[in-house]
Amino acid sequence: MQALNSKAIEVTDLTVAYQETPVLWDIDLDVPPGVLLAIVGPNGAGKTTLIKAILGLVRPAAGNVLIYNKPYVTQRRIVGYVPQRGSVDWDFPTNVLDVVMMGRYGALGWIKRPKKRDRELALHALEKVGMENYTTRQISQLSGGQQQRIFLARALVQDATIYLMDEPFQGVDATTERAIVSLLQELRENGKTVVVVHHDLQTVTDYFDWVTLLNIRRIASGPVEDTFTTENLRETYGGRIAFIKNR
Amino acid sequence: MPNLNLDIILIAVATASACALPGVFLVLRRMTLMSDAISHAILPGIVLAFFLTHSLSSPLLILAAGATGVLTVVFVELLQKTKLVKEDAAIGLTFPALFSIGVILISKHASSVHLDIDAVLLGELAYAPLNRLKVFGYDIGPTSLYVMSGLLILNLIFIIIFYKELKLITFDTSLATTLGFTPAIIHYGLMTLVSMTTVGAFDAVGSILVVALIAGPPATAYLMTDSLPRMLILSVVIGCVNAVIGYMIAYVLDVSIAGLIATVTLLVFAFIFILVPNRGLLAIARRHIRQKWEFAQTMLVIHLFNHEGLPEAHTESEIAHLHEHLQWEPTFASQVVKYALNNRYVSQKAAQLTLTDRGRTIAQKALVQ
Repeated sequence: MQALNSKAIEVTDLTVAYQETPVLWDIDLDVPPGVLLAIVGPNGAGKTTLIKAILGLVRPAAGNVLIYNKPYVTQRRIVGYVPQRGSVDWDFPTNVLDVVMMGRYGALGWIKRPKKRDRELALHALEKVGMENYTTRQISQLSGGQQQRIFLARALVQDATIYLMDEPFQGVDATTERAIVSLLQELRENGKTVVVVHHDLQTVTDYFDWVTLLNIRRIASGPVEDTFTTENLRETYGGRIAFIKNR
Repeated sequence: MPNLNLDIILIAVATASACALPGVFLVLRRMTLMSDAISHAILPGIVLAFFLTHSLSSPLLILAAGATGVLTVVFVELLQKTKLVKEDAAIGLTFPALFSIGVILISKHASSVHLDIDAVLLGELAYAPLNRLKVFGYDIGPTSLYVMSGLLILNLIFIIIFYKELKLITFDTSLATTLGFTPAIIHYGLMTLVSMTTVGAFDAVGSILVVALIAGPPATAYLMTDSLPRMLILSVVIGCVNAVIGYMIAYVLDVSIAGLIATVTLLVFAFIFILVPNRGLLAIARRHIRQKWEFAQTMLVIHLFNHEGLPEAHTESEIAHLHEHLQWEPTFASQVVKYALNNRYVSQKAAQLTLTDRGRTIAQKALVQ
């Protein structure tokens, strides 16, 4: 059973449908621990839905998700989630530190208040993303890149083993993108598994070591060098692809 | 009754505070319309409970209204989930349906019950103290003061205990779910409290104006602060101030107290909306005007900079002809010149404008960007 034990995420026969329209058809996906994986595919391919289904945020019509061989609900604590930046109202009356502290709420559980230790962890996470000078800044006054860093810090304080991130590079400048990439790579060096919904095909080979090509079906999944082939890409993007693979 | 006025003030203040607290989370969750729906839709619950108890101040009334309120929310959400109806339409369909059942029930039994639609819709704060709570035959004060204080304490306890959870699900429901919380518990808990508070407030302000107490003070406080705890406190303070001022004006003018409290609530909102520093209308307008002048000044400075030291510089920097070069209205051009002179970006020599060092730096900076 050694092989079975070595899966961080195991998705089997997952189908998600909105009304009668399938968004994901019978997805099988194994994510080994310690990889930095990109999920790529055209718009409407179901990338976000796949992440949400793994997290139990959308109910699948069929299929199963295991996190280290156990159902997700028993493993919540070890899975960190970075939603799309646009999924929250940034005019909410609060500051940077407070948002990052929210990452600790899961460990605290119901009713209990954050303690000094949670605050320290949050400050440490802010340092990691280079936002330590913004602790009392109103979140409405942050740039897109700063908002993204805050979301990352919020996931970091969860101290998860697996991270699922929905388009963390969306709308951020080049500096922030580089900072985020090195952070993700650092997470992988520390044995974490990081799954990222990604948009930019040009950077897949530079940033990631595993890739899943998705277009309602799972087209291919595996190490970038074997999987990220022109053939697979053509199948994923339906021949409409104008992309020259970097060597 | 010498202390009648104090009773009214106390009831008004307790009602305003009790409404403002859950109102903060409704405003932040963009659900104030739902409170409007709840306040109407709980009518059948009240009427049925009234038939059973024959009393408008029975605790059963509040529980029945609470249940009907939650039912309203459930109906709206079910309709919305079909994806055939959007949220606003779902609200617009649900509450008149429930409200009309209440209206029909009242009119059918109007002769046998002392519950009239006007009182439910508009309330009458002036009569609220007349209904006294008696313990062992002793008059211990107006019933609605006890009801509203009880609801205020209930709301306060709920928010204190579940502050962290309320904040989390309001800001990011998905995160709350993935962290292992059940947003539905907090959501329906809050909706129950809103329903119960609304029916409690009926006595004082009726079902239409209660929305002003729920939405008005938090919406005002939202403009004034960026911190959730401060927004909660400010909402309560603003709600109380509105209630007291509204009552006093109503007393002097001898008109509906609830009507005046709602009017004051909206006037205070408008006042803050216009005057609050940084994000008020006035501040925005002032910023726009300043930006307009700054931009015109930069154009002028760049114009002078571009022609500086060139043969045509003499004609291009002639004050009297500037407006022709820049295609500006002559009056506007002379105002811009005055503005730039005041800021010492340019200096005047006879009929000519020349750049100062400061103006030259600004022009260079603007061009580099």
